[in-house]
Amino acid sequence: MSLINLKDIVVSYDGSTNILKNLNIDIEKGQLVSLLGPSGCGKTTTLRVIAGFIEAKSGQFVFDEDDYTHIPVHKRNFGLVFQSYALFPHLTVFDNVAFGLKMKKTNKKDIKEDVEKILKLVDLDGFGSRYPKELSGGQRQRVALARALVIKPKLLLLDEPLSNLDAKLRLKMRVEIRRLQQKLGITTVFVTHDQEECFSISDKVAVMNAGIIEQYDTPEKIYSNPASEFVARFVGFENFLDLSKTSDNLYVAKSGINFASDYDSENISVNDKKVGTIRPDDIQIHDCETTKENNTIDGTIEVRTYLGKEYQYSVNTEIGNILVTAGNDKKFSKGNRVRLYMPSNKLILV
Amino acid sequence: MKKNKWLTFFTFCVYFFLFAPIVIIIMTAFGPDEVIAFPPKGFSLKWFNNIFTSDMFMNTFKISIQIAVIATVIALIIGIPAAYAMSRNDFKGKNVIKNLFFSSIIVPGIVFGFSLFNFVIIKLRLPVYTSLLIGHTIVILPYIIRVVASSLEGFDYSIEEAAVSLGASRLKTFFLVVFPNITSGVIAAFMLAFINSFNNVPISIFLTGPGVSTLPIRMMSYVEYYYDPTISALSVTLMFMTIGIMFIVEKTLGLSYFSK
Repeated sequence: MSLINLKDIVVSYDGSTNILKNLNIDIEKGQLVSLLGPSGCGKTTTLRVIAGFIEAKSGQFVFDEDDYTHIPVHKRNFGLVFQSYALFPHLTVFDNVAFGLKMKKTNKKDIKEDVEKILKLVDLDGFGSRYPKELSGGQRQRVALARALVIKPKLLLLDEPLSNLDAKLRLKMRVEIRRLQQKLGITTVFVTHDQEECFSISDKVAVMNAGIIEQYDTPEKIYSNPASEFVARFVGFENFLDLSKTSDNLYVAKSGINFASDYDSENISVNDKKVGTIRPDDIQIHDCETTKENNTIDGTIEVRTYLGKEYQYSVNTEIGNILVTAGNDKKFSKGNRVRLYMPSNKLILV
Repeated sequence: MKKNKWLTFFTFCVYFFLFAPIVIIIMTAFGPDEVIAFPPKGFSLKWFNNIFTSDMFMNTFKISIQIAVIATVIALIIGIPAAYAMSRNDFKGKNVIKNLFFSSIIVPGIVFGFSLFNFVIIKLRLPVYTSLLIGHTIVILPYIIRVVASSLEGFDYSIEEAAVSLGASRLKTFFLVVFPNITSGVIAAFMLAFINSFNNVPISIFLTGPGVSTLPIRMMSYVEYYYDPTISALSVTLMFMTIGIMFIVEKTLGLSYFSK
């Protein structure tokens, strides 16, 4: 039995349009799960349903086999970290962190001990008497984390906690969050719109779009086998080909070119329309002299851009423009005729 | 910067018209004559003595202070939650309610005073003291709501959510997290409301009655019968009291609070 079950959650702010449409998700104990998606996809809403700030129109939230659907926020004992940090400006770092313990009527001695211990854990030893405005962004973030963790929450909820930090600090903090999460073994739900950020630290990722979860899987699976065109686009697939199935593992594009794909095709029947997709860096680019075979298409280079490590080409073909990135060893120019090869093990069907 | 002679002159004129009467009042307060004379023909403190020994001034002064303090406290109790609710939530008819709250400063004071007189005194036959309290509370409420709302404007409500998530109830959250962050606004609101109530004439003039009057009303009726410098002396006293209050506010909050 998993720790968290969201069952058919429906949320609507205005009563007519649903922000979440029968959302279902199970989260295992001790895992770090990310909700990933563009703004407006419902990821923050999902987090707020779990936190208890939003009551679902219908559906059920089961936590550790108890029905939490109607339990008020302040009785849930979940730790929350906000995008804006939301530190109490009138309290010192120590009092900020101690707030939750005071609400639990912990005795003074234990409060002092716990707060000092947690401040040490987030590397803020000796900052207790400072006020939030005297801290840097990264330090505030760690205070917010300490404040959420000190109450020994049953669940840690992070709402885009890194988006206000600069790029370098963001990298450091995400490792920090993962380290703390694993050290304390605390189940964590992490909301972000940054694909790299969440793939790097999550056990599982739920990719959300327009109020539903498009795919819920490990980062590796999502990266290599996106379940839908939306997910594919979100994780860096740039090329989409309209295909229809001719026989096992064989598909034909509009112009009659055959594509083989290793993608499991048991559930696809002949003549079914599918979308084939491939990353720009999985396509091989050659001169036109190589012999023509399946999975190749000829085209003319339209635009070349320099990405530093490699070049990116936009190639005009009879099935539309295709983006290819290739290393520095062979450089093609605008107007060159090229042949593109899409390996069958890299061509995904969605 | 280039100096503009005309602008300097104009500024000087404005200040002259603003401060000259005050300076004259201050000077006449110390004059020994039985009628206000300028320039004064000597120096005396007897008019100040006159204020503090006169029961009618001391009594009305006490009533004015009482009314101002109680009305302000009542208005704070109503106004803070109102300002909070309006800044925190979006609801149907919010603008209507907002405008209703401000109507008492949009309607001319004399009209408002008269309608209160008609309704509260004539129809309901409420005691003078109670009606004064009601009138003052209503007229200062907009100031409280304005100032408190402006201090809530930049308030990050996720702070409130953070407190709730840490186990504080809604009520506790308000007192432990929201209130401490708007105290300066509340103090500013208190001062503004207090001074407004203390100075109020158009409402009070309709609501005062036998035995119960406020200081400004007492002063007005005094001037109708006497023309001695007592009123000047009283004005000077009030002026320094106000300066004293403003000095304390400036030291604790900074006057910039009022010019926001």
